Amino acid sequence: MKRIKVLVAKPGLDGHDRGAKVICRALRDAGMEVVYSGLEQTSEQIVSAAIQEDADVIGLSILSGAHRVILPSVTKMLKEKGITDVLVIVGGIIPTEDHEFLKRHGIAAIFGPGTPLKKAAEYIRENVNKDRILIEEK
Amino acid sequence: MFDSNFVKQIKTKKEKWQEDQSKNVPERTNSSGIPINLFYDPSNIDQLNYDKDLCFPGEYPFTRGIHNTMYRGRLWTMRQFSGFGTAEQTNQRYKYLLSEGETGLSVAFDFPTLKGYDSDDPISMGEVGVCGVAIDTLKDMELLFEGIPLDKVTTSMTINAPTPVLFGMYLAVAENQGVSWDQIGGTVQNDALKEFIAQKSFIFPPEPSVKLVIDVIEFCVKYVPRWNPVSISGYHIREAGSTAAQELAFTLSDGLTYVSKTIERDLDVDIFAPRLSLFFCAHNDFFEEIAKFRAARRMWARFMKERFGAKKDRSMWMRFHTQTSGVALTAQQPENNIVRVALQALSAVLGGTQSLHTNSFDEAWQLPSEKAVTIALRTQQIISHESGITATIDPLAGSYYLEWLTDKIEEEAMKYIDRIDNMGGMIEALKKGYPQREIANSAYEFQKEVDNRKQVIVGVNQFMDEREEVKIPRFRIDPEVEKVQLERLKQIKENRNQEKVLKHLNKLKKAAESNENVIPYVLNSVKVFATLGEIITTLKEVYGVFKEQIVF
Amino acid sequence: MDVQTLVDGLFKGDIISTTRLISLIENDFVKAQEIIRKIYPHTGNAHVIGITGPPGSGKSSLVNKLALTWRNRGKTIGIIAVDPSSPYSGGALLGDRIRMREISGVEGIFIRSMATRGSLGGLARATRDAINILDASGKDVVIVETVGAGQSEVEIMKVAQTIVMVLCPGLGDEIQAMKAGTMEIADIFAVNKSDKPEAMETVNDLERMLNYEGLDESKVGWMPLIVSTSSTANIGIEELVDKIEEHQGFLTSMTSEALHEKRAAMELVDTLITKIENEAIKKAKESPVYNELVKKIVEKKIDPYQAADIILRKYMTN
Repeated sequence: MKRIKVLVAKPGLDGHDRGAKVICRALRDAGMEVVYSGLEQTSEQIVSAAIQEDADVIGLSILSGAHRVILPSVTKMLKEKGITDVLVIVGGIIPTEDHEFLKRHGIAAIFGPGTPLKKAAEYIRENVNKDRILIEEK
Repeated sequence: MFDSNFVKQIKTKKEKWQEDQSKNVPERTNSSGIPINLFYDPSNIDQLNYDKDLCFPGEYPFTRGIHNTMYRGRLWTMRQFSGFGTAEQTNQRYKYLLSEGETGLSVAFDFPTLKGYDSDDPISMGEVGVCGVAIDTLKDMELLFEGIPLDKVTTSMTINAPTPVLFGMYLAVAENQGVSWDQIGGTVQNDALKEFIAQKSFIFPPEPSVKLVIDVIEFCVKYVPRWNPVSISGYHIREAGSTAAQELAFTLSDGLTYVSKTIERDLDVDIFAPRLSLFFCAHNDFFEEIAKFRAARRMWARFMKERFGAKKDRSMWMRFHTQTSGVALTAQQPENNIVRVALQALSAVLGGTQSLHTNSFDEAWQLPSEKAVTIALRTQQIISHESGITATIDPLAGSYYLEWLTDKIEEEAMKYIDRIDNMGGMIEALKKGYPQREIANSAYEFQKEVDNRKQVIVGVNQFMDEREEVKIPRFRIDPEVEKVQLERLKQIKENRNQEKVLKHLNKLKKAAESNENVIPYVLNSVKVFATLGEIITTLKEVYGVFKEQIVF
Repeated sequence: MDVQTLVDGLFKGDIISTTRLISLIENDFVKAQEIIRKIYPHTGNAHVIGITGPPGSGKSSLVNKLALTWRNRGKTIGIIAVDPSSPYSGGALLGDRIRMREISGVEGIFIRSMATRGSLGGLARATRDAINILDASGKDVVIVETVGAGQSEVEIMKVAQTIVMVLCPGLGDEIQAMKAGTMEIADIFAVNKSDKPEAMETVNDLERMLNYEGLDESKVGWMPLIVSTSSTANIGIEELVDKIEEHQGFLTSMTSEALHEKRAAMELVDTLITKIENEAIKKAKESPVYNELVKKIVEKKIDPYQAADIILRKYMTN
């Protein structure tokens, strides 16, 4: 098993990064390799970083309410680039009624306020694409 | 404070009591890491000197309150932070709140506006009007205050880097209403330093950002005397994860920087200081918050007098607005938030705030629904009219615990302030990443405590309801808003005098390049319907754009 | 995707092939060897630049500006930024990419963050192979940024052709405390944050130290240069790029055989060590033979050299 590589990004103009930074540290403490791409990331920048880093997981943090437009834009671009095996998860302020919509647009899971850090790490371990992280024996 | 023999007796009795009683009680510390005793008695506050450390309300160092009569003379302003969608929609919400008893307005702008982008900028896609009101031009500002007389209502605007533009628009709206600038009252947040430390909606690098802050202060001193040109904020610092002592320390340090910089422009401290205001968070630890507010008053007064030589009482008043903590509210069992907000608001009132915003119970889900914001407002009204606590000023003064805690939190905060002073002030400290690192560490430690249940959050890590289905009145922003706003912006751009716009933007650029006060030039640009984005872009060409050095 | 398909894609400069191959060589030692076998003949074209220096000197911001400058000159760039793995959890916070925000996503610039994964030398074990991959993909320039602490200077010397050491004012003690020999490693010193007034002092200190080292141009052929830079104020970047290219010119013009052989020899030794670690030692530890040998050593029935011979004979024959 290789180390799970995670790209944490804040898409859009929302600058509230407390959660994103806390999750970066938590995933690092859970043994993962985390790249934080920072604030004000466009979909192009996020997808480009995910590809170059060969991220197994993309964690998007958004609290601004703009998720219905911004998140599908990221997953659509991933698809266009032929990336189909990356786990995309979201943290932030997302009303429950939008969960279905986001899942239809490629978001695997949504972690709202109050999610224990361990839960996010466990979810990643259980749901990351196994083909990406298993090493075949000769 | 007390007779020395009396204190000695108490101390001896307490030692014996502690030997007998307090064996197996686990230690408790508050958010600032201060260990809290099982009980407090006169011996804990023996060093307190009533005249020097407390004094009467309205008397230096103003620990008990800045005014002689406080709420008996005038209640705090009930000022609910709101804004969403188009200017017309927000205007309706303002009229509703005013009719329901709110006593001051507070404007929440959308992210594109906060970051100086127009609604038609590609980067604004999906974000127009979604978490605040969209303002691109003077036209939007006019619609925002349609039917609201600016000489009768005060307005607070939560805007930072683009302050000159939004403030300029407000001044222009007042003019159009026939209200002169010396009649309008309100606040612009205009606190650049905390953007770098916590809120992160900066645009320009630190030095030009601070220069713009002082431009606004200087302009108001001359032309808009009743306006608070800055709201030195701790709220965002706290929400980003700091402790109470850090919130207090970093906020005051920011304030000290602004005061020094304004004095460097040869402005007399007694002329501009009376209009400086502050903004704190009201978090969960009831007594720690009250102690924090009282310590802040005392510390600010002392700094103004001793460090800056202020002579007038008004220059030393720590006038502040409070907002109850958003991050402390939960998505689970959201109705519980009504209780949380009530307790937090109570601490702000007992702490002597001049102005208060109470959060709505749906904070962790959406922008406030009408029902939720009404309950939040009623919370303040019930406290002010039914609880009886406004009958007397600073009712908790003299409490052994509270006075001890006020001193303690001042002590803790001073450690940080001294460290920042030694680094060369807040601008240097934030360039080194010092406050950012402290905040990130506190945030991470707190989260770990929540995860291992050392810190209980009701409904989240204890007393949970597994089958909960949250049912609250929904509040959604109509996606049509973006289309409407784009259409309006297009119309304005087509119908304005393009030559005049370019002429004024050019003049603005030259003024910025030659380090003049830019406010008059921004005002002229705004009046000919230059957009927010165009003005900010002009300033970016002169000041550059800030790239954050991330600190975990 | 199988290795051959990825390698074919690599030679065409396909980004997804590049990134997947880097992951494979990072994680799968067996596949790594297969990949290097296929691509090694195609390496040797890129100019490999090592950027080292103490933490806080502004390496990432400088790399950011260097990459932009090369891009403007029409070159393609690959960047490998190394950060330390946590000794407790084994995870890592890879924070260099965020300091290169200006170039993240720019076409023609490929950035890959790597964790040291227990390697103490300031580089990841797989760094050298990752450089080979970027080289084989057609990148004109490959920049490797070290962790900056520990033995970073020594490690980078093994993999890079031109070494730039980044220093900055306020780290004056760092220059004094620099280990003997490290001053000889850098080909160019970049004194960053030179918009600060104290920077001049740092440059002077550096010059003094270099003179003290007594470097003789006739012996080494290249005298270490000092360039004053500021990534925030955009000072000295073009000059630094020019000097780096000058060094590349020097390397090409030298009697290249000796230098190339020296590099190849270092690479061979390192690879031998890696193979022993990943094959003999790993396999031995997984078998009961290992514990038996350890017990025998404790009982003084055999000595460690004999035990090592047994392991090598048993596990290193294919």
